[in-house]
Amino acid sequence: MKFGALAVALVVVTACGTTPGGGGSTQQQPPTANIKPPDSIGAGEGQLNLIAWEGYVDDSWKKQFTQQTGCAVNAKYAGSSDEMVTLMKDGGGGQYDMVSASGDADLRLIYGGDVKPMNEKLIPDWNNFQTYFKNPPYNTINGIHYGISLQWGPNTLLYNTQKFPNKPTSWAVIYDPASKGLITVPDNPIQIADAALYLSKTKPDLKITDPYELKKNQFDAAVQLLKDQRPLIKKYWALASDEISLFQNGDVVVGAAWPYQTIQLKAAKAPVDDTIPVEGATGWGDTWMLATKAPHPNCAYKWTAYVSTAKVQALQALFFGETPVNTQACAQMEALQAGSCKQYHADAPGSYFDQIKFWKTPIAACGDGSNNCIPYDQWLAAWTTIKG
Amino acid sequence: MLLLTPPLAWFVVIYLASLATLLVTAFWTIDPFTTRIVQVWTTLNFERILEEPAYRAIISRTVVMAALVTLTDALLAFPFAYYMARVASRRVQTLLFAAVLLPLWASYLARVYAWILILNHNGVLNWSLTSIGLPAPDIGYTNTAMWVVFSYIWLPFMIIPVYAALERVPDSMLEAASDLGARRWRAIRDVVLPLSLPGVVAGSIFTFSLTLGDYITPILVGGAGSSFIGNVIYSNVGIANNIPFAAALAIIPVAIMAVYLLIAQRLGAFEAL
Repeated sequence: MKFGALAVALVVVTACGTTPGGGGSTQQQPPTANIKPPDSIGAGEGQLNLIAWEGYVDDSWKKQFTQQTGCAVNAKYAGSSDEMVTLMKDGGGGQYDMVSASGDADLRLIYGGDVKPMNEKLIPDWNNFQTYFKNPPYNTINGIHYGISLQWGPNTLLYNTQKFPNKPTSWAVIYDPASKGLITVPDNPIQIADAALYLSKTKPDLKITDPYELKKNQFDAAVQLLKDQRPLIKKYWALASDEISLFQNGDVVVGAAWPYQTIQLKAAKAPVDDTIPVEGATGWGDTWMLATKAPHPNCAYKWTAYVSTAKVQALQALFFGETPVNTQACAQMEALQAGSCKQYHADAPGSYFDQIKFWKTPIAACGDGSNNCIPYDQWLAAWTTIKG
Repeated sequence: MLLLTPPLAWFVVIYLASLATLLVTAFWTIDPFTTRIVQVWTTLNFERILEEPAYRAIISRTVVMAALVTLTDALLAFPFAYYMARVASRRVQTLLFAAVLLPLWASYLARVYAWILILNHNGVLNWSLTSIGLPAPDIGYTNTAMWVVFSYIWLPFMIIPVYAALERVPDSMLEAASDLGARRWRAIRDVVLPLSLPGVVAGSIFTFSLTLGDYITPILVGGAGSSFIGNVIYSNVGIANNIPFAAALAIIPVAIMAVYLLIAQRLGAFEAL
C-alpha cells in the first residue's frame, strides 16, 4: 500500500526562507536533487507523453514539432492541479514524461520526488526569459531547476460592465453584501491566499507579508472573511467554462477569474471587463516539469526547447489568454494580434511582478525561519468548512 | 456448493475485505507534516466530524435531501405506476414503459446539464414564468435546484419497482373488496396500498442510496453551501491525501444504509425486488 506519494511534500523544512526576486528559494534538498541532468539532448525516442492543461498542446504548434523532431505527442488533459499531482505519483509511473504544472502543485511534485532537475542550458531561449521566471521560487530550489517556466497570468477581477459602469478598484466588491447572490469565486483552497492578500492591505495589523505563508491568527482571519462571504456567493466555479456560462446567463455579475474567461466572454459579446484591483492580485506561473521516471527524456527536452521559442510562446499565449515568459515573444504577439503584447503585460518591467503574488504550495515552513505556518492539508480542510 | 465457491470467495475477499479495510483505516490518522498514514488506533477522525459544525451540516443536508427526493419520487411514481399497471391498455403501457426508460439511455451528465439550462437565471423556467407575468423563481444553483434534479433523475428507479408490485396485486382481491362494498378509493387505500408498499420501499432503496452517494449533481447544480458527503470524501482522497479521514466519512453513508436496509427488509422490500 502506497498512500504517501505526496508524503514528503509537506515535510518540515529546516533551513528555509524564500529569497525574493531571482534566486529561487533556499530550502531543504528535495529527494531528486542529486539526479544529474543530461549535458546534451540525444536522439528523440519517437514518443512523448504529456500531462497538460487543456489548450496547452494544441495542434497549431504540436504538428510542426512532430514534423521537426519525429516525436509523436500524446497529451492527457488534467482538470486541476490536484489531478496533475495524482497522475504524476511515483515519478509519472514510467508512463508520463512531463507535466505543465502550476505553482500550487510544484512544491508537492518536487518534494514528492515525482520530478527531477532539468538543465536550463539545453533550452536556448531560457536566456530570453523575464528575469523573474528564470528562477521563480516555485520551481527553483537551492539554484536547481525542477522545470522550465512556460507562461503565467494574473487572477483578475471580472465584472459585468452594465452592473458596474465604473470600474471597481478594490477586491472589496466580492466581499460586499450589495452583490449578494451575484458573486462567483474559484472552488479552490488556494482562494484563501486571495483573501489573505486582501487582508494584508485592508487589515495591516495582521502583518500578512506572504499570502501563502500564514500563521494561525492570519489564517483564521482569512478563513473567517471567506466564511462571511459564503452567503453572498452564487456558485464556487470549478471549470473556466462554468464561470463563463454563469456570466453569460446573468447568474452572477462579479467574480474572481482568469484573463481566459474575459477573452471568451468578450468574444461572445457579453458586457464584461476585468481589472487588477489596487490590492494587487494572485497569479499562476506554469512550468514544464520532467517526470523522475520519464521514458522519453530526449523528446521531452526537445519539446521544452520548442515551446520556449518566441513563436510558440506567442501562439500559446494568444490561444489561451496568458502571458509568455519569453520576452522576445512580444513582437510575435503583435504580429498575430496588434496590441496584445501590452494587453497581456508581456512587456512588463520587473517591478510589475512585485504586484503579483504567484501561487505556491503552502507548507509548514514560514519565510521567517519558523515552522508554524499552516500547511496545505489544513487549507483544504478549511476550504471544506468554508464552502459548507 | 462447489459452484458457489467462486462468487462467495469474490464476495468475501473483494467486498467484505475492502469494507473491513475501510473500517480499520477510519481509525488511523495521518501525520500532519508528512501526510503519511500513522497506524495508531484513534477516534480522532470521528471526533473531528462530530465536532466541526460544517461536517454535521453536510451530513444532515445529504440525508435530508435523500429523504426528500425519496418522498417526492414515491408521490410522483405511485399514480403513474398505478395507471401503467392497472388502467392503461397494453399498447399505452408499452409506450409509457418506453417513456420511463428512454431517459436512462441518455448520459446522466447530459440530463443534469439540460436542467442547468432550464433553471439558470436566463433559463426556460424564469423566462416562461416572467412572460406570463409571474415572478421569476430564480432557483438555479440552489438546494431547491438539486432537489428538482435528483427527483427527476432517480424517478425511473422508483416507478419500475412500484409498477412491478402493483401489477402483482391479484384482481381477485379487488373483486372481493368490491363485492364487500368497498368503493374504488377504499379499495386502493385498504388493498392496493398495503400490497404495493414493499414495491415503494424497494424503490426508495434506490432513490435514497443513489442520492446519498451522489457528488456530481451537487458540483454542477448546487450553489454555495451545497456540498454532500461524497464531495468531502472526494476532496480528502484526491487533494488532501487524507485517506483515514475520507474513510471515516465514508463509514457514515454505509451505516445509514445498513439501518435503512434493515428497516426495508422488515417492510418486505426484498420480496418485491
